[in-house]
Amino acid sequence: MISCKGLTFSYGERVVLSDVSLDIPDTGVTALSGPSGCGKTTLLRLLAGLERQQGGTISGVRVQETAILFQDDRLLPWRTVEQQLTDVLPRDRRRDSVRLLELVELGREAGVYPAELSGGMARRLALARCLALDARLYLLDEPFAGVDLPCAIRILERLKMLPASVLLVSHEPQILSHACSVLCWPQRGEWGPSPHTPAPSPGGPSFS
Amino acid sequence: MKRLLYVLLPLIFWLGVWQIGSVLVSLTAGTRGGELLLPGPAVVLEVLVRLIGTAAFWRSVFATLGRVLVGLLAGVVLGSVLAGLTCAFSWFDVLVSPFIRVVRAAPVASFILLVLLWVGRDRVPAVISALMVLPVVWGNLARGIRETDPRLLELARAYRFSSWKVLVLIYLPSLRPYFLSGLTTSIGLAWKSGVAAEVLCLPKRAIGSRIYNTKLYLEVPELFAWTAVTVALSLALEYFLRRGVGRFGKGAVP
Repeated sequence: MISCKGLTFSYGERVVLSDVSLDIPDTGVTALSGPSGCGKTTLLRLLAGLERQQGGTISGVRVQETAILFQDDRLLPWRTVEQQLTDVLPRDRRRDSVRLLELVELGREAGVYPAELSGGMARRLALARCLALDARLYLLDEPFAGVDLPCAIRILERLKMLPASVLLVSHEPQILSHACSVLCWPQRGEWGPSPHTPAPSPGGPSFS
Repeated sequence: MKRLLYVLLPLIFWLGVWQIGSVLVSLTAGTRGGELLLPGPAVVLEVLVRLIGTAAFWRSVFATLGRVLVGLLAGVVLGSVLAGLTCAFSWFDVLVSPFIRVVRAAPVASFILLVLLWVGRDRVPAVISALMVLPVVWGNLARGIRETDPRLLELARAYRFSSWKVLVLIYLPSLRPYFLSGLTTSIGLAWKSGVAAEVLCLPKRAIGSRIYNTKLYLEVPELFAWTAVTVALSLALEYFLRRGVGRFGKGAVP
């Protein structure tokens, strides 16, 4: 179990996370839901080691064992679809690029440049590149933004079969309903149970 | 076809303007005076054809081309290295920036005369070309490095790219437009300053020395012919170098 206890983080004066706790299973897809600006992205960045929490602890996973998909695609405009993956894959796993492109249904686009892809295709490519990293915890920030729902659900089902844990941020109810579990951010200061998850445990503020 | 027209039409227009100007000057100053002050394109072409037929012409052209190329290459390499160092170490920036700004602002003639005291006359044009190119390449590349997308650099950090991968996959393609822009300006500068240095240093075989001779003997059509040769060489060099660099990172332009 990957565990976050009492995480606190602020950008200057602005407090983004205050005493936040959550547990993430070692396998399966866990979805993270909540209003914009509630700190979901910051939480992923803390887990990926891109920011350092001012308080609290993260246990059960090391920074080197995580892989993050950013909210924006961050594709290299000068590299082809296939190269985006081979750039990230270790030398002995370069052939995996074919499997990864098929996983995100981009098998026929291997030779094209990102500028030639639609928004949804670029998003899927960014997802494939993230999955090309060898990780125990994949942190996916809105991985299906711009991806049509049937395709997103098909990919999500494939993600469930990964031998790793996936923590994804989404606002889409149908994506949430296909996740193995959903951690729902409390709104208006009250701990409301998510329609997809059991009631939260008592204690400090936490994803429930 | 349309592209050819875009090249030919302005060329014909300006040749026409030149011819009319030359005729007008001849009308006021007489035929000999007109040829001295503003020879027409036909006269210059005639001189150029005569020059091209001589071995001395080609020796001068290749000698100058060699000096300019060496200077350009040295300026580009040195400018790139200094740009990398100034962006990597702030203390280096503080140390080197004033020197480069002085080089940029100082009159080229001062440098030519000074360098002439230090190195042989054959080497001065290359040194001067390098000195003139260096600030341009340094300025462009330093700006390019500072403006490299920080989101891509964060991606490289998150995805654990090696330093080599960061250089090859992020910095070099990001710097391509800055480098091309710097290179275009640098080629013109290298030719201008290189030939100017030759005029002052008078190496044995050089376009600049031939230009100096035209001044001595008031061979104005030949001055025009050598100027046309220098411009043509500069444009040709720019075309080939841009094509060479343009191939690198072809997919960069969406």
